[in-house]
Amino acid sequence: MSDYIATIGIECHVQLSTKTKLFAGVANDAREAAPNTLVSHICFGLPGALPVLNEKVVEYASRMAFAFGTRPQTYSYFERKHYFYPDLPKGYQITQLQKPIIVGGEVEISVNGQKQTVRLNRVQIEEDAGKNTHPDKADYSLVDLNRAGTPLLEIVSEPDITSPEAAKAYAKELYLLARYAGISDADMYHGNMRFDLNVSVSNDPNVLGTRTETKNLNSFRSIEKAAEYEIKRQTELLKKGEKIVQETRGWDEAKQKTVSQRSKEEAHDYRYMPDPDLPPIVLDEAFITRVEKAMPTMPSQWRAHLLQLGLDEAQVSTLLDAELEHEGITYLMLIKDALSQAEYAKFIANFAVNTEIPLRRDAETEPAIQPSDRAALYSGVYALIQAGKLSSTNAKALFTAILQAASLPSDFEAYAKDKGLVQMSDEGALDKIVAEVLAENEAAAQDVKNGEMKAIGFLVGQVMKKSAGQANPGVATQLIKKQLGV
Amino acid sequence: MSQWPLIAEIAAAVTSGKTTAVEQVEKALKTIADQKEYDAIIATTADRALERAKTIDAKIKNGEAVGRLAGVPFIAKDNYLVFGAETTAASNILRGFNAPYQSTVINRLEAEGAICVAKANLDAFAHGASTENSDFFVTKNPHDTSRVPGGSSGGSAASVVLDMAPFALGSDTGGSIRQPASFVGCVGYKPTYGLTSRSGVVAMASSTDTMGPLTRNVADAAEVLDVYAGPDPLDSTTTPRQAEGYSVTGQKMDLQGVKVGLIKQYMGDGIDEAVKKVVLEAADKLKSRGAIVEEVDLPSLPLALAVYYIIVPAEVSSNLSRYDGQRYGFSAKDATDLESSYVQSRSQGFGVEAKRRIMIGTYVLSSGYYDAYYKKAQTVRTKLINEFAEAFQKYQYLIGPVAPTPAFQIGENADDPLKMYLSDIMTVAANLVGVPSISLPAGTVGKLPVGLQIMAPMNKDRELLLMALAAEEVLA
Repeated sequence: MSDYIATIGIECHVQLSTKTKLFAGVANDAREAAPNTLVSHICFGLPGALPVLNEKVVEYASRMAFAFGTRPQTYSYFERKHYFYPDLPKGYQITQLQKPIIVGGEVEISVNGQKQTVRLNRVQIEEDAGKNTHPDKADYSLVDLNRAGTPLLEIVSEPDITSPEAAKAYAKELYLLARYAGISDADMYHGNMRFDLNVSVSNDPNVLGTRTETKNLNSFRSIEKAAEYEIKRQTELLKKGEKIVQETRGWDEAKQKTVSQRSKEEAHDYRYMPDPDLPPIVLDEAFITRVEKAMPTMPSQWRAHLLQLGLDEAQVSTLLDAELEHEGITYLMLIKDALSQAEYAKFIANFAVNTEIPLRRDAETEPAIQPSDRAALYSGVYALIQAGKLSSTNAKALFTAILQAASLPSDFEAYAKDKGLVQMSDEGALDKIVAEVLAENEAAAQDVKNGEMKAIGFLVGQVMKKSAGQANPGVATQLIKKQLGV
Repeated sequence: MSQWPLIAEIAAAVTSGKTTAVEQVEKALKTIADQKEYDAIIATTADRALERAKTIDAKIKNGEAVGRLAGVPFIAKDNYLVFGAETTAASNILRGFNAPYQSTVINRLEAEGAICVAKANLDAFAHGASTENSDFFVTKNPHDTSRVPGGSSGGSAASVVLDMAPFALGSDTGGSIRQPASFVGCVGYKPTYGLTSRSGVVAMASSTDTMGPLTRNVADAAEVLDVYAGPDPLDSTTTPRQAEGYSVTGQKMDLQGVKVGLIKQYMGDGIDEAVKKVVLEAADKLKSRGAIVEEVDLPSLPLALAVYYIIVPAEVSSNLSRYDGQRYGFSAKDATDLESSYVQSRSQGFGVEAKRRIMIGTYVLSSGYYDAYYKKAQTVRTKLINEFAEAFQKYQYLIGPVAPTPAFQIGENADDPLKMYLSDIMTVAANLVGVPSISLPAGTVGKLPVGLQIMAPMNKDRELLLMALAAEEVLA
């Protein structure tokens, strides 16, 4: 039996976080707004209403071109795509077809440590539709046009994806790119990002199978699961000698399966035509260069920095995700500012991954410390560790305590001492405790003398206990050996 | 003799207190009521007009600025969104629609103190050349009530000749201002595409719609255009004004040495001999003042009408998609579900001509036909643009008739859409190319007026108005 190969392409719609809509000077953030409150004569499709392009959208789209490793097209234009639906007030959607704003580009993903490149076919600017709701048992439907005219980028990949894991990784990477480029809130819960998954399988690497399109996926996990399910479903059908029907499917989250919605594309003829209300988008070099120069650091650049510090992929991934979780809390900029001292930079990365990020994720309330004080917190704790005054456990305890304090201590060491977190590295004080421990544990001391070195661990433990955890264990070991003469 | 002096004079008289805005509005409303039999008007905006007039008069008393059109009444074609009356575009599907915003043109006129008193009849959605396609009634030609006033701005044109107001607004997509101006004997001005904002005017064909005045003389047309022409942030296809503006009041142009091309293709077969004669006589009058008039050949011109009736229905079919019975205007009462609501609202709400254009437009945009029709038509349109540009290298102005005949009988062309479309044959080119064009009263055939069409290059509206001013004097 020959193996079946999956071929996956993904279309992603990203809502842009511009202040106003694509063609109307109306607020764009519909997440909390009451129905039909973010609507003008343009959104409502009144007679005589004309679209006027929001230039910020062109800037955002151009940023994405650079995020995808390419440049925006210098000439692109809008077209009208016609169909009737209550959430589409004009009877056509303004979108791009012949000349989209981005042609080509690529996204690099990592699947099980393996790098893969997903090529993009195109990215087009278009307007979102409104939202229809169908009240239970009612003989009417409701239309909310708040979302009508929200700017979208439709990102169309080439069918370069070959596994559910890669599909998920690709979607995740689009999310990171959109967030790092600052073009979208990319909030899946509110539908800021939606994915359509095209899947086919074939046992002949040179022939593509019949594909299905699973529409409107809105989580990374559902993308992975839907791809998994479709590959399995299609493979089983083919093995049984049956045919795949080209159709649109939906994802049933509860049953974790895809379900047929309509077979083939309904005979839609969208009658595309260039929109005569809108002049073409013509970008000059000055604009393109300005966008390029203002590009923020993108995930691939951060990865290069962090991997160079010796972090592993999981840690890097945690940092890239965490960076987006809290407004005003940056880990990456702290690390970037410390890059000239690699050890310190690595300390920040490790402490962020192991201490601050889990703490913030678990905390019911935000830590009290000012975001602007965090750099000093990291450097203060680092200095005490460097001086041998903090055990790793105590470093974490100190960090946690200060993080939750309203303000930074003026003297970190005094603060740590006060909390009983400073290690006793002072041989004079420790000598006395060691002597006491040896006197109280003669048998164990004798064992060590006889060469049974593992008994030394027990004795160090006793020293730690007697010092209430403040002894520096390295120094304690040295002193025990010294006093026993081994 | 008109009861209205020059627009600039009316405004001056109102501002100086010689008359009042209220008097002007009442005069207009009375004339509208007296001339009801011509069916030029769909509705008046009497209440709002009188209120605005009172406000203006009060401001004048207080010595406040009131604008250069203070107290000047005007009539808007009913495809302009205007407060104070329904905006229907003479279609059943927009019956009951009260505009929640006004068109830019109206706003700019109002900002200078002009007062809209009524909405004029038109072919529904401006589809037509006679007002016979109005879903409400046919406007009668003031010179012969058995004849049409032309269209689609037939109500506006008739209202000017019936002396209802000093000026009326029309829209010109393929001749809808110039052809009725020719049929009733007034001045009809179609500006350069992009010079006038389309915002708030019910769209017909977005790439050719222009907003122009109908007046009794060139100076008034120029005065009105000067107030509202120019870029509008609400219409991304608008372009800058000429630095000198468009007012030509008190100006003069010497016709000596002016180079004028008489379009050969507009003087051939299918053109009424009497109409040709009026145009040739007009050409001779221009020559008598020193103008150089020569025949000019525009070989692709015979294709213009075919190109027009592909591109325009394509845009019409798209622009009419929003009238779906779901949000405003007419909605079929007995529809049982979404599909039947769409089908019934549109079937019952649109008239025959709108449906015809929706079907033609849908056809030419369909996959498999797009390249053969729409794309090909755009290619020929580019060729026309180039031929006009070439002609304008040699000639400052191009002239010809406005329409192949004087006003025809009501019902004469009603059953033959192709014959009706031929009425646009000499006006559509200016729209496809984008150039400004004017229709001037040039003579009569029997008692029926015939216009002379003058065109100028893109964005030479001021030059065209000056030329028209000179021609007006010669032709008088």
